[in-house]
Amino acid sequence: MSDSQKDLDLAAVRGALGARLDGARGREYWRSLDELAATPEFREMIEREFPRQAIGWSEDEDPVEGRRNFLKLMGASLALAGLSACTRQPNEQIAPYIRQPEELIPGRPLFFATAATLSGVASGVLVESHEGRPTKIEGNPEHPATLGACDAFSQASVLQLYDPDRSQALTLNGEIESWGAFFGALREALALQKTKNGAGLRILTGTITSPTMASQLAAVQKLFPASKWHQWEPAGAHQERAGARLAFGQTFNTYYNLANANVVVSLDSDFLASGPASLRYARQFAARRRVSGGQTEMNRLYVAEPTPTPTGSKADHRLPLRSGQIELFAGALATALGVAQGPKSGANADIYKWVGPIASDLKKNKGACLVIAGEYQPPAVHALAHAMNAALDNVGKTVFYTDPIEANPVDQIASLQDLVKDLDAGAVDLLLIVGGNPAFDSPVELGMRDRLKKAKLRVRLGLYDDETSEVCQWQLPETHYLETWGDARAFDGTVTIQQPLIQPLYNGRSPLEVLQMLTEAPDARAYDIVRNYWAAQYAGAGFEAWWRRAVHDGVAAGTALALRTPSIQGANIRANAEEPRLGGTFEAIFRPDPTIYDGRFANNGWLQELPKPITKLTWDNAAIMSLGDAFRLGVKTADMVELTYQGWKLRAPVWVQPGQIDGAITLHLGYGRTRAGRVGTGFGFNPYGLRTSNALWSSVGLEARKTTGSYLFATTQNEHMLDSERHIIHSAGIEEFRKNPEVIQESAESPPRSLTLFPEWKYPGYAWGMAIDLNSCTGCGACVVACQAENNIAVVGKDQVRRGRAMHWLRVDSYYKGEPTKPEIYNQPVPCMQCENAPCELVCPVQATAHSSEGLNDMVYNRCVGTRYCSNNCPYKVRRFNFYLYSDFETPSLKLLHNPDVTVRSRGVMEKCTYCVQRINAAKIDAEKQSRQVRDGEIQTACQATCPTEAIIFGNVNDPNSRVSKMKAGPLNYSLLAELNTRPRTTYLAQLRNPNPEFEA
Amino acid sequence: MIKPIYGVMAEFDSPTALVNAARAAREKGYRKLDAYSPFPIEELTDVLHLHKNKLPLIVLIAGIIGGLTGFFLQYYVTVIYFPINVAGRPLNSWPSYIVITFELTILFAALSTVLGLLALCGLPMPYHPVFNVPRFALASRSRFFLCIESRDPLYDHDETCEFLETLEPREVSEVAH
Amino acid sequence: MPENQEVIEQPPSREIIAPGYTFGTVTDQISAVVLTKKTPIFWMACFSVGFGLLLLFLLAVATLLVKGIGIWGNRAPVMWAWDITNFVWWIGIGHAGTLISAILLLLNQSWRNSINRFAEAMTLFAVACAGMYPVLHLGRPWVLYWLFPYPNSMAIQPNFRSPLIWDVFAVSTYATVSLLFWFVGLLPDLGTLRDRTSSRFARFAYGILAMGWRGSARHWSVYETATLLLAGLATPLVLSVHTVVSFDFTIAIVPGWHSTFFPPYFVAGAIYSGFAMVLALAIPLRSVYGLQGLITDKHLDNSAKIMLATGLIVGYSYMLEAFTAWYSGDVFEAAAMWNRMTGPYAFAYWSLVTCNIVAPQVLWFKRVRSKPVLLFLASLVVLLGMWLERFVIIVSSLAQDFLPSSWGNFHATRWDWATYLGTIGLFLFLFFLFIRLLPMISIFEVRTLLPQAKVDEEVRS
Repeated sequence: MSDSQKDLDLAAVRGALGARLDGARGREYWRSLDELAATPEFREMIEREFPRQAIGWSEDEDPVEGRRNFLKLMGASLALAGLSACTRQPNEQIAPYIRQPEELIPGRPLFFATAATLSGVASGVLVESHEGRPTKIEGNPEHPATLGACDAFSQASVLQLYDPDRSQALTLNGEIESWGAFFGALREALALQKTKNGAGLRILTGTITSPTMASQLAAVQKLFPASKWHQWEPAGAHQERAGARLAFGQTFNTYYNLANANVVVSLDSDFLASGPASLRYARQFAARRRVSGGQTEMNRLYVAEPTPTPTGSKADHRLPLRSGQIELFAGALATALGVAQGPKSGANADIYKWVGPIASDLKKNKGACLVIAGEYQPPAVHALAHAMNAALDNVGKTVFYTDPIEANPVDQIASLQDLVKDLDAGAVDLLLIVGGNPAFDSPVELGMRDRLKKAKLRVRLGLYDDETSEVCQWQLPETHYLETWGDARAFDGTVTIQQPLIQPLYNGRSPLEVLQMLTEAPDARAYDIVRNYWAAQYAGAGFEAWWRRAVHDGVAAGTALALRTPSIQGANIRANAEEPRLGGTFEAIFRPDPTIYDGRFANNGWLQELPKPITKLTWDNAAIMSLGDAFRLGVKTADMVELTYQGWKLRAPVWVQPGQIDGAITLHLGYGRTRAGRVGTGFGFNPYGLRTSNALWSSVGLEARKTTGSYLFATTQNEHMLDSERHIIHSAGIEEFRKNPEVIQESAESPPRSLTLFPEWKYPGYAWGMAIDLNSCTGCGACVVACQAENNIAVVGKDQVRRGRAMHWLRVDSYYKGEPTKPEIYNQPVPCMQCENAPCELVCPVQATAHSSEGLNDMVYNRCVGTRYCSNNCPYKVRRFNFYLYSDFETPSLKLLHNPDVTVRSRGVMEKCTYCVQRINAAKIDAEKQSRQVRDGEIQTACQATCPTEAIIFGNVNDPNSRVSKMKAGPLNYSLLAELNTRPRTTYLAQLRNPNPEFEA
Repeated sequence: MIKPIYGVMAEFDSPTALVNAARAAREKGYRKLDAYSPFPIEELTDVLHLHKNKLPLIVLIAGIIGGLTGFFLQYYVTVIYFPINVAGRPLNSWPSYIVITFELTILFAALSTVLGLLALCGLPMPYHPVFNVPRFALASRSRFFLCIESRDPLYDHDETCEFLETLEPREVSEVAH
Repeated sequence: MPENQEVIEQPPSREIIAPGYTFGTVTDQISAVVLTKKTPIFWMACFSVGFGLLLLFLLAVATLLVKGIGIWGNRAPVMWAWDITNFVWWIGIGHAGTLISAILLLLNQSWRNSINRFAEAMTLFAVACAGMYPVLHLGRPWVLYWLFPYPNSMAIQPNFRSPLIWDVFAVSTYATVSLLFWFVGLLPDLGTLRDRTSSRFARFAYGILAMGWRGSARHWSVYETATLLLAGLATPLVLSVHTVVSFDFTIAIVPGWHSTFFPPYFVAGAIYSGFAMVLALAIPLRSVYGLQGLITDKHLDNSAKIMLATGLIVGYSYMLEAFTAWYSGDVFEAAAMWNRMTGPYAFAYWSLVTCNIVAPQVLWFKRVRSKPVLLFLASLVVLLGMWLERFVIIVSSLAQDFLPSSWGNFHATRWDWATYLGTIGLFLFLFFLFIRLLPMISIFEVRTLLPQAKVDEEVRS
């Protein structure tokens, strides 16, 4: 039976249920499932496709808990389509990533280079493929944006690929249709448009960097001269664009090189953890901070920001300022640098106290310093930053400009308002929405959700059947980037040809293919579209070779955009900004969510459950406010407040955050989805409901008042205070360290190895160990998702997280030190310590956990009886217990996701980090085949491979020349809870800060 | 030669009477006799010359065997059968073995005590001639019995009955097989 | 022969047995409870409560097996909570039985004769309840047998360094020995019942169990030796069992668990709660069945004194615990103790101090000790207090240990309650079956207490 045939059956099932299934969750969903199971179509399908139905796993006291089972739920019901197509490789020739550069063998099987895009911008990845199933994403070391690292979004995109909740069938008003039917309808509409030059044709996309798609859109434009192409990217680089226009009179693309920067000033920029080049920046930044060997030079980071971010946590000096005060600060700094004429003092003493030392520090490092304007700061701040960098002649050294990487860098707000105007005028006959989710994430005052309905024919190509699909007649299933061909530019313009790893699971089409339908040659396959475009671009012979190389490397040689040196238009640089008065109200700060971004990842369990940096909040967003404000409002964490902004109202739970500036409430976008799928629907609240075009990122005038009710948050860490007696985090100032390199060792008490009653075990051969450099770690959390993907770690759901049952093998603890209003923030990744004297092993009654000859603290799942004694006796609490059947053994599409080298744990057994023993063994087998030792760096644990700052180093501690041995030998090395004499194989390098001495004065 | 009956039995009211009767019977020269009482009477042990029993020795031996079993079971498993690094402790972590060694000592000893008891008493024994005497039911309530068995060389039915009557019992009755 | 029974009501006495009893009356009065046709309302009530809760237990266990440990409130870092709390509580209660039957026998405390039987029964059933938890709290109860050493194809054996394995051996040995001791004690009385019952079935059943016991002098002499030996074996055993249970905590490195004086502390606590349970059972029973003549105020008085003594030891241990935590200078120990007193579990901690140290001080007064009702209440308070003690030791220590980042509090779910009440049901169910089917007082040992039992050597002929 053909796949499309299956789709139709599936449709029959959905049809049979109609609306009942939509939005049903938890227990309700159960009911729906029963109804579903009752329908004859379903039983028939079960017989045919899927003998075992997912039943018999736990619910709990709390109905929310039902959501935990989303994966299984969908397995039982809706994920049945197209299974047999799953593991079929694409027909076109795709090029495996054969060459293994020095120092990198991420895992076993085949690797293919492609690119994941976020807000249109590419980051190059390598995709691990087991027998044609993509299972794990790694960074592409050849790619300028990732340099082999990988962020949480890309890591989790593989789960999105297999998400059974994806839009699975092409529908017209909820009824299944065939692509043929759609094509007919489309041609009809286009024929009409032809007659009026396409005056009624509108295309709405996100930010586009794909050259191929740009050319398609141009072609469409030529075909329908009166048609319009609109763009809306809710978390796009609107301000950056406008800032460049303000500073240079035209749009330029800006990027940095932190490798050359001794001093970095961040004006509310979270450059270490967000933005298209953050991975690259983080690596460069960390490299300049690493203190090893004799080298004790560190760069210095100043951060002014309202809400603590990973970048803020690395700052040597962090100045909490309201978002609106940043411009003031930038102005003052520019004035101090003589770049602009502004007031030398003002109401906010802090600012002026700061700029002096910073300015002199910058001046001292002309050409080797950097001022970074936050992507969410107003154009003026960007302009000032550009001016300062120019004045400090950093351009060409630490700051670089190119032409925009976007195909069409328009002011997207204007573009969207233009569309709204036409919609109101009834001028839109055919609206094609490619990706995005405008009905959910457009500025609230535009009321897109209803306005879209004014277009006569609405076609939506989307990965999910979401809020926007709801208001469109046609919902076309979009292919995932791992399912199709395409191309996209990175932060510096470098092009990556995206190649598919697997046939489309749900018979979807790529944006390229759909746009193609508007052109003369409607039915071309993505592969031909992309290839033909580049063939046309490629001048000269040897295109085939070039193409193969480009596809193979994941980087198209020489496609990076040429550097430009734009000139500042001094007239536009003003530093006389007025500080926006709060006048009793609050400043609203909107930011994309650290884990589900603008909402597009809402249905991704891995990202939902990934604890957000610093707050460690999962499954929710919150109204983040300072202790002072909470006190003033008489609220505490989890109380509800009512937020009012220009008449728009919203109820939200409070999150009291140390380090948050008084007077500002930070709201993370992306939550409050109403049609995200069973994972994401209904969590958190929706700040888009307060977000207007003229206050995209921040604005004063937000009123907050306490209301009744309280909220249940699910956090993975409740205690953040660092008490000095428990030596958990060791840190020192760099000066202190230069004076006395032993400073860390002196503060850390660790018993001598001789202090023992019984003879030591010898570890001949390999002895695996790990060193974690707290000085580099930004706490971004990419390692946590990497670990989850590599080790088949289950998602447990909000309720279970609340009950302290999250399953992450690797967690990132965050601690606050100093006064609560402006604390120093420390991040500490905690995997299993692989203690040589492991307390867990001693107490296991069945020897389910014991030591390997290489010093690993092995965990034998199928021997474990589940007394949980080991976890009680683990001082680091890194052991995780399957209280229920958390793993998914049923859902067909998710079976494909599992890493075949790792056991999928069942109910009632303990599990924990094993240093990715499957990777160790794979490498050892290789080495033995070639009768040699395993090379240093040949084994990379999943967390290590993905870490943007190379904070995690793994290797053989018996080899004195291995990187890990060298790090452990250094004076910064210490063991967590060393006084217990557990002798951890995982040790930490203390954190150093490099404060500006002038501040003490 | 099988005697037609098992023996003759005299019933008494008090432990004292029983003890005296038993002593008298011994002095008369009867050897194959037994006394039955609703509770243990120390004096009878001397009067009937019931020698020290072997139970303590049995228990001692069993206990020692148990202890050795316990220790060497653990030693064998951790050092020989499945030697593996657990928590960096040495293979022969003898201090950890003490508890189980002790427990097995007690277990073996206790089991041998009970089995020894049954063995030495010849229990279980669902049938015994004395139960044929209707009033013997009171032996487990409030009466005390002395039985002279027909196996006794001095046993002569009439003589023995007469002798028992001289001990002022409540009643003398025959114990049929 | 229930018809011609001579049952006499005796007024409570200061002696360990009321005057006026004869071998016959003692026998009849005790066996009457079992042999009579009519069942008292009291028994009916208690039994049906027990049975109801037992059904709840079965429901809870079924749910547990189907869904998993998750239905309980256990969580990281509190991986043990009510499950192990109840385990230790029940095991502790068991101890009084063995103490009475074994240690007091060796010490020649003849007053024990009239309470040891049901105290031992209590031990057995308490151990049965305790035994449920180590099994049920496993993530995979169906592979329980992996905890025992046996030849297997997995070529792997238990880890004899783990206190949990010690537990397995200690508890199972304890259960076995208690059962043997109890049965040996029953033999002569089973004989009595066999001879006295009027129903053929009962005679047959008791006859099988009595194994043909006929009270021969030969048997009695071996029997006495055996009882002494068993007592001698049970005494170190009972002391070892709670010591081993305390090892579950002391061998671990969790602050609040890792201390050297737990063994005596736990044993004292066990006997403390055990005698509380003895009183809680004895007081209603003797008044319902009119046994004041056999279980006299003297017995209650002695038990109360033992409670007081052990209670004081426990109190001392609390103080020592706090002192060592402070004196050790160990950051984590001190913090653990401090959290226990002031943290999220402060209420539980201070209520246990009240129940276990303050309340029992009333037992100093003879007036209290001679009021059964007050004693009954006091013992209930102690039982509660001892439960809280175990709860606080286990949960508060786990909830806040080394790394603050991992701290988290335990909240009991309705299934925690169901399981706990369930085992109480199991206990009542078994205990009242025992009351109805077996003599709750050792008849033959009580006979020896009678003046008539003395053989006066003067009468010579």
